[in-house]
Amino acid sequence: MTLAAAAATAAHATTTTAAETHGFLSPTGVEIAFLLVGLVTLGAAVVTVTTRQLVHAALWLVVALGGLAVEYLLLTAEFIAWVQVLIYVGSVVVLLLFGLMLTRAPIGRSPDADSGNRWVALGVAVTAAAALVWVVVDAFRTTWIDLDGAPAGSTEVTGASLFQHWVLPFEALSVLLLAALVGAIVLSRKAKAERAAATAPTPGTPGPGPTRRETEGTR
Amino acid sequence: MNDVLDVALRLLVVFVVFLTFPLIVGQTEHKVMAHMQGRLGPMYAGGFHGWAQLVADGVKFAQKEDVVPAGADRRIFQLAPAVALLPYLLVLLAIPIGPGEGAVGQVIDAGVFFVLAVMGVGVLGSLMAGWASANKFSLLGGLRTAAQLLAYELPMLLTAASVAMAAGTVSLVGILDAFEWWWVPWQITGALVFFIAGLAELQRPPFDMPVADSEIIFGAYTEYTGLRFALFLLAEYAGIVVLCGLTTVLFLGGWHGPWGADGLGWVWTLLKAAVLAFVVIWLRVTYPRLREDQLQKFSWTLLVPLSLAQIALTGIVKVVISQP
Repeated sequence: MTLAAAAATAAHATTTTAAETHGFLSPTGVEIAFLLVGLVTLGAAVVTVTTRQLVHAALWLVVALGGLAVEYLLLTAEFIAWVQVLIYVGSVVVLLLFGLMLTRAPIGRSPDADSGNRWVALGVAVTAAAALVWVVVDAFRTTWIDLDGAPAGSTEVTGASLFQHWVLPFEALSVLLLAALVGAIVLSRKAKAERAAATAPTPGTPGPGPTRRETEGTR
Repeated sequence: MNDVLDVALRLLVVFVVFLTFPLIVGQTEHKVMAHMQGRLGPMYAGGFHGWAQLVADGVKFAQKEDVVPAGADRRIFQLAPAVALLPYLLVLLAIPIGPGEGAVGQVIDAGVFFVLAVMGVGVLGSLMAGWASANKFSLLGGLRTAAQLLAYELPMLLTAASVAMAAGTVSLVGILDAFEWWWVPWQITGALVFFIAGLAELQRPPFDMPVADSEIIFGAYTEYTGLRFALFLLAEYAGIVVLCGLTTVLFLGGWHGPWGADGLGWVWTLLKAAVLAFVVIWLRVTYPRLREDQLQKFSWTLLVPLSLAQIALTGIVKVVISQP
């Protein structure tokens, strides 16, 4: 939601600031497409957080994330666009749907699918969006990026800048992700060990039974 | 105007390939399976060895009533077959079948990422179908589909990354341009892992636990009838075409061949893909279905380590040969 809103509003913001010097607002086809896709993305994101149907929310999230990928494509950041589809649409949403289907995914509305925090969430979202827009506007202001010249978002350029200028943040992020991964494994194993310890003294349980089930669960 | 004509022609060719090749694979499957089991397979439709059997099947599917279960989520139920099928059409656009830029639907800079990303989207169709059918078997099938995708997406990505490392590019056309014959033994582990993981992603036997007909009827597609069911079947066979084409391009050198690579490169591509498609059918006839826990174990404890080993090997060889 925040990201989509930020993307849509950021599009507005950068076009207006750039317009002062370059006449960016003379609407070319790409800019019109960018705005329209941005609107669709924003709409899908709003529906995602407001719909009462859980699985529909996940599917609208696909539309929102796909819309973002199209925006990246329109900004000639081809590599980022495909990675967006691969990671978010292909994996994160599938994981989300898997979790929903594994626990509860009723067809139709879920009246209890609501949260008392919705106004707080709205506040946080608006603040985050405002901060992002402000950062983007402040960072780029009237910077002119020529999209017609050498492709600035191709795989080669992205890779070179990632592993030359931004290699330290990149490594820091990968360490962070690794730590999160290890943490998740440790937490899940700890909960399992506690449950196993609680059930262990029960007499009559065949020895290899619980351990086998346990190893299956960890996979 | 010439550009428009060129684009239209390419799209038309890709579309025709998309419509015919899956049917050819399907017909081959009928005949190959039959002969492997000591039968003849379809013999009457169309006259010569039942060549028109799938056309007849298509007519039959089109005549059937399109039923949506009363308890189902109508719109998602009806949308699911399209979501399952269309990604494969998009992927076909990016697969080069001959040398040069004339033999590919659309040259895509990050081709490997494009094909893997879009193929992953196709699975959403099965998930939507499984959920929206309001049927326990469908839901179980959808769950198994999701679990299978999560397990097998990783080895597929890792082995594709290994080829991209070897070639120094992620463009499919670029990978083929950089190909040398000794890449085949060098990347053979990756090729096997990629092909097996691809089979699992298509839910082809022996990885057809999500549609296991003897226990959950037909998984996510249980409630489908008529044309929508046919679209799911078409998606499976289009998936075989795409997987065989991709394995050919990434690991077997695509249009490279012992001779005639300049004019007849596309013949090599088609030949290699056809052999792979035969292997896909062969595996269906010969291997029993893997159980769900065996499926997961196979991926996480065998395929993922193997693909990581392949990446390590690729890196080492790459560093050694780039030394002056």
